[in-house]
Amino acid sequence: MYKDLKGLVSEAEEKGLSMHRIVLEDEIELTGNSEGLIYERLEQRWQIMVSSALRALNEAQEMTGSLISGQSKKQNSYNEKGSTLSGSYINSIMAMALSSCEINAGMGRICAAPTAGSCGIIPAVMYATSEKLGSTLGEILDSLLVAGGIGAIITKNATVSGAEGGCQAECGAAGAMAAAAAVYLAGGTPEQCENAVGIALMNCMGLVCDPVAGLVQLPCSYRNASQAVNAVISADMALAGQSSVIPADEVIESMYAVGRRLPVELKETALGGIAATPTGKRLKKQIFGA
Amino acid sequence: MNISIFDVIGPVMVGPSSSHTAGAVKLARIAALISGKPFYRVTFALHGSFAKTGVGHGTDRALLAGAMGLDEDNEMIKNAYELAESRGLEYEFFEKDLGDVHENSCEMTFLHDDGSKSVIAGSSIGGGRILITGIDGVKTDISAEQPTLLIRQFDRKGVIHRITKALLDCGINIGVMRLTREERGNIATTVIETDDFLPPELAETIQAIENIISVRIIES
Repeated sequence: MYKDLKGLVSEAEEKGLSMHRIVLEDEIELTGNSEGLIYERLEQRWQIMVSSALRALNEAQEMTGSLISGQSKKQNSYNEKGSTLSGSYINSIMAMALSSCEINAGMGRICAAPTAGSCGIIPAVMYATSEKLGSTLGEILDSLLVAGGIGAIITKNATVSGAEGGCQAECGAAGAMAAAAAVYLAGGTPEQCENAVGIALMNCMGLVCDPVAGLVQLPCSYRNASQAVNAVISADMALAGQSSVIPADEVIESMYAVGRRLPVELKETALGGIAATPTGKRLKKQIFGA
Repeated sequence: MNISIFDVIGPVMVGPSSSHTAGAVKLARIAALISGKPFYRVTFALHGSFAKTGVGHGTDRALLAGAMGLDEDNEMIKNAYELAESRGLEYEFFEKDLGDVHENSCEMTFLHDDGSKSVIAGSSIGGGRILITGIDGVKTDISAEQPTLLIRQFDRKGVIHRITKALLDCGINIGVMRLTREERGNIATTVIETDDFLPPELAETIQAIENIISVRIIES
């Protein structure tokens, strides 16, 4: 039984099994559920992820305050015109991450991954990457298992709660999970998954949680889009053979240490960061009065 | 690893917040289930963060939807007010300091069609998980994560023995069992969490035992 990412990677090597197999066997042992049931539940969740990632691409969602209504559609139309700076893959990832965030803000159905506020990252990265690579559903679900394994490790050894660790813990963790899943989809090794996790998390170390008016909208949607992009560039760096140098487990621990030291104003209380700017305060007053 | 992958790939829910939306739906749904009888009016006393930041997260609509039996992933939650109106359900929300409890807490009062009243308190403790902390003034800690039996009985010798015998006869393993009573010989509350599905017949079997006041099966 692994307790950290190093343990997961070495268990895969020692047993000569693929990484998702180790996560799967662990899940079977923990819950007593069958392999069939676990895959069935993974597929249900994947379908919900896909639907949330696609639903707002062509239709702006209604929500309290409307801070992010129509963001996904705007990004999608821009991407469809074909003259973007960062290319169609990156732009479709951003548009899909924004879509899930709009669905979430509008009280639509999403799959928390690992949280509701970060629900756009894994679906966007995995959908766009699986389309690009022509992955099968089986490969997607195996990669989702790996993402889940990474998320469980971060939850156990740090936190995925914005109130406890800031945005680095929510969107940062989602980005790290998505980075590992992208490496896995691309056929990368367990070590490359580990490096992608380390690189993704160090790229957002210290990111604060500062929701305007306390709503899960701004900067949440942009953070979902940017951490989704962080996930794929971290995956690409790991696949190129870059090392995180600092082992991913140590990066996870340091993320937690940084999160604990963040002042409470910067952890989901809407008292600091962009929430405390003159415009942030004005928007709050505009939406909720006084 | 002692954390399920479905704790981080999930839950499936309507947004925007696992604690202020999904947890609120579950809290009210379980409370209504515990109240156990049809009701025509429900009131929600909101404490702490539920009172202060709840509206932006749809906590009010989530609680009302949960009381009407909707699940956490039902997209009708945002239309809870319209739904309550169409069902003729009266409701009210107000702020109340519930004392030294979790930030995301609520006290729900159900006025039943038969003229009786149930007061159920609880908290949304994060990630969509909940705790029912009080039923009609008796302290509890029901998470509703496992199939749960909630039994109220007169505090008499042999009652517990007969309850556990009924479970054994159904082949059900008890995971956790808690017995609380206000005073000796008075009314006692038994909460049993099990590993197995609880068949509805079991409630009838236990209800038939002498000195049992009420039995509820809580399956989330």
